[in-house]
Amino acid sequence: MSISTPDVIDLLAGVKPGSALDRVRAQRPHTREQAQKSYLALFQPEECGEVSLQERHAVASFVAGLHRQPDVFEFYAASLEDQAGGAWLLEVVKAEIGAAQATGPYGHYPPGPLTAEDQQGPTYRASEASQETLGSRLAAALEHAHLLVFHPRDAGPKALQALLDAGWTTTGIVTLSQLVSFVAFQIRVIAGLAALAAATSRAAA
Amino acid sequence: MPHQGATDQIIATPVQNAPVAFTQDEIGWTPWIKPLAEEELTERHHAGLVEEARAKSPYFRLLARDPEVLEARTRADKDIFFNTRTGLPRAERELAATAASRLNGCIFCASVHSRFASHHSKRKDDIQQLLDDGLGVDLGERWNAIVAASAALTATPSAFDQAHIDRLGAAGLDDLEIADVIHAAAFFNWANRLMLSLGEPTPAR
Repeated sequence: MSISTPDVIDLLAGVKPGSALDRVRAQRPHTREQAQKSYLALFQPEECGEVSLQERHAVASFVAGLHRQPDVFEFYAASLEDQAGGAWLLEVVKAEIGAAQATGPYGHYPPGPLTAEDQQGPTYRASEASQETLGSRLAAALEHAHLLVFHPRDAGPKALQALLDAGWTTTGIVTLSQLVSFVAFQIRVIAGLAALAAATSRAAA
Repeated sequence: MPHQGATDQIIATPVQNAPVAFTQDEIGWTPWIKPLAEEELTERHHAGLVEEARAKSPYFRLLARDPEVLEARTRADKDIFFNTRTGLPRAERELAATAASRLNGCIFCASVHSRFASHHSKRKDDIQQLLDDGLGVDLGERWNAIVAASAALTATPSAFDQAHIDRLGAAGLDDLEIADVIHAAAFFNWANRLMLSLGEPTPAR
């Protein structure tokens, strides 16, 4: 299955085979290969372990939606929709994305000289109506994802306790944290390379 | 849903004299949830750690709970920062990592990568100014362009566009070097989120 999966960054950044940017990426073959392997390890794992595929794709769709990256959102949303019950879940995730918009990074520093740089911003909680469909486990995951996407410096043991209270294990929290943080990376590479691809094709024209 | 066990709890204890400002000192980091113990590590975990020395680090032993993701992430990390036969000099990749960490507010990540940036550039005072005064400091046009591009990519949603690419190009960066800036800044949007949300910095010994 992994063999047939196209390179996600190339696909979503619009890197065409043989293009100038394809040649740039070819000079970092390990980066290209390992970014894809990270994607596969998170979204097509040999064993799902503690985090279901549906949870993985729901959280990734939410993270992409918060970044306002429609192509990346559609990519993860399509996989979510393909799963049993996924279409209904996707509608709820979309509603939550709409309610969770913000501009980051913001947040608080430990009290001291950096306090002057503290920036207020929203703390997201899943709506009561959505919580019923999401369940407490996925609702807690989306709330944590929002923290990591927009205001990671507000993180603390209490945020992890909220995940534990919702049934997440330590290993599940590691996978969830990697997933949100990886998608934050992937989106930025895609946004950056898409802009670079546009610039190189403009220069070639 | 997986069952929680004895390891699924917060292990955080108050950190005395925790770092409250950005620094190039060798500060430490302590996790809020339990890493694997060294004696628990199996062949699969060691494969995820990639290098034996990383088994000494509580951070990497925590991430080793999902070894497949950790392995791909570690190999991507090494290529993005250490593959300097071509492309952007190491110092400027570390500058991009430092700028992303400064903006997200990751005191620990900024300490490590500002040290690397200083070491490889021999511009320790300039790097310290970036840590002290933030991303608006004037470090000369080439570094300013790298810092501005890294900051734009770190914003959520991304503020990175053609103007950043044009500015990097005008500062003398070719397409591969611009792609290196993009990957270095993007990678620290992965690392910062893990370091900020799974534990906290501890004072220099």
